[in-house]
Amino acid sequence: MKVLVAVKRVVDYNVKVRVKADNSGVDLANVKMSMNPFCEIAVEEAVRLKEKGVATEIVVVSIGPTTAQEQLRTALALGADRAILVESAEDLTSLAVAKLLKAVVDKEQPQLVILGKQAIDSDNNQTGQMLAALTGFGQGTFASKVEVAGDKVAVTREVDGGAQTVSLSLPAIVTTDLRLNEPRYASLPNIMKAKKKPLEVLTPDALGVSTASTNKTLKVEAPAARSAGIKVKSVAELVEKLKNEAKVI
Amino acid sequence: MTILVIAEHDGKTLAPATLNTVAAAAKIGGDINVLVAGQGIGAVAEAAAKIAGVAKVLVADNAAYAHQLPENVAPLVAELGAGYSHILAAATSNGKNILPRVAAQLDVDQISEIVSVVSADTFTRPIYAGNAIATVQSTAPVKVITVRATGFDPVAAEGGSAAVEVVAAVHDAGTSSFVGEELAKSDRPELTAAKIVVSGGRGMQNGDNFKLLYTLADKLGAAVGASRAAVDAGFVPNDMQVGQTGKIVAPQLYIAVGISGAIQHLAGMKDSKVIVAINKDEEAPIFQVADYGLVADLFEAVPELEKLV
Repeated sequence: MKVLVAVKRVVDYNVKVRVKADNSGVDLANVKMSMNPFCEIAVEEAVRLKEKGVATEIVVVSIGPTTAQEQLRTALALGADRAILVESAEDLTSLAVAKLLKAVVDKEQPQLVILGKQAIDSDNNQTGQMLAALTGFGQGTFASKVEVAGDKVAVTREVDGGAQTVSLSLPAIVTTDLRLNEPRYASLPNIMKAKKKPLEVLTPDALGVSTASTNKTLKVEAPAARSAGIKVKSVAELVEKLKNEAKVI
Repeated sequence: MTILVIAEHDGKTLAPATLNTVAAAAKIGGDINVLVAGQGIGAVAEAAAKIAGVAKVLVADNAAYAHQLPENVAPLVAELGAGYSHILAAATSNGKNILPRVAAQLDVDQISEIVSVVSADTFTRPIYAGNAIATVQSTAPVKVITVRATGFDPVAAEGGSAAVEVVAAVHDAGTSSFVGEELAKSDRPELTAAKIVVSGGRGMQNGDNFKLLYTLADKLGAAVGASRAAVDAGFVPNDMQVGQTGKIVAPQLYIAVGISGAIQHLAGMKDSKVIVAINKDEEAPIFQVADYGLVADLFEAVPELEKLV
């Protein structure tokens, strides 16, 4: 079966971001960008399904600026067969991205679509669920285990109290949680080979999708800073402070 | 304006996060209706009707809504919610699972995990693991929103007397089914609702050593949490994880033991009222957010702390 994996180019998770002085957003100039960690897990899962003989082809798709080709090449080096970039310079909302992905799903007809559960920049946790709604597919969100058998996929999900397993008819949407797998690194020969793999570039217009939004970000501010604390010298002093100064115990 | 709040429950009891979500709805202003969808949910509906400030409770009791599969519940919420000004759900694993599906069906953008209400159409929410706060305005005819419980003080669970109305609509997409669940058992308070949280990290060295924290927590009436490092190392189950990808907590007192304080962990606890850090590395980033820091070996400090409190 064909597996479609969506990846996003985001600020690297180790970078401590700074809010711009004019409060228009976060300063991303000259900041290291990487593949969203949850998307790496999604690519890894697709590659493992191919290694098990379940998946026959892996198509990786990204929606974003021209530079997102770097993240697509990374996915190709990790084992994806071909890539699609839907090029859009503007920041799109999750719904707009889901609509563009729906158009790609219609075109490619995958049996399984794997996305990360959330992107670490917007922290929305929406796109997979929205794509499931638009396609009418079942959804297995926050997956920690994925097992394809026949025309069904069993997905074990991380929920608040523990784990839950659901069975979905294929085609289906899966979003990855951190514990689904440990992503591999791309080897140098595979990075070289990935340069020759096909990468198709599309536009929202060509897909006939409107990316208009009902949300508008008015401003972005730094969170309130915590006032500096103190270091105590002993456990006795700590308990005394908690009882008499902070009055929390 | 009329606001629809989706009740958070496990089929038997109403989850406290519902009260925080109703509090957010009250800040927006207008009539508040609560939808309880599930199977055999009489007790949950009764509890929802008693919430202070709720005008009406809608009850959709059907086998199709058991375990709240989003393929079946989302069409119900979209159908009922189309006539409302706002649809709110708690940003729990259920709320996050169902609500974006509702938003897409209504063809509107969602606003995730709001922490405050600026006005009926404008809200704030953290982005970049809580390192920035965005103010977002929605022009959608129906505003679809998940609410971060720690951002709002809960309304009273008693005092209301809402009318209960049965919803007959049944949506069964037939694309998904529930197979089973494995829930972690704990007698301690729920992590996201606890007044005191004691968390352990990689510094605990192994799962057995977490007993030190359990003993301390039981004495304080606290919940026990963990950093991702402790979960990944297999010390404790992953539903105990506090952070960007785990649970968000804001207790009165958060005690971080053997936790370095990575950005992703801070995202889950830095709104706690008082933060205590116990770590032997005095350079650990956790000390930058801790109100009280103790540079010490946790294996000596924690038992001593337990004796003194």
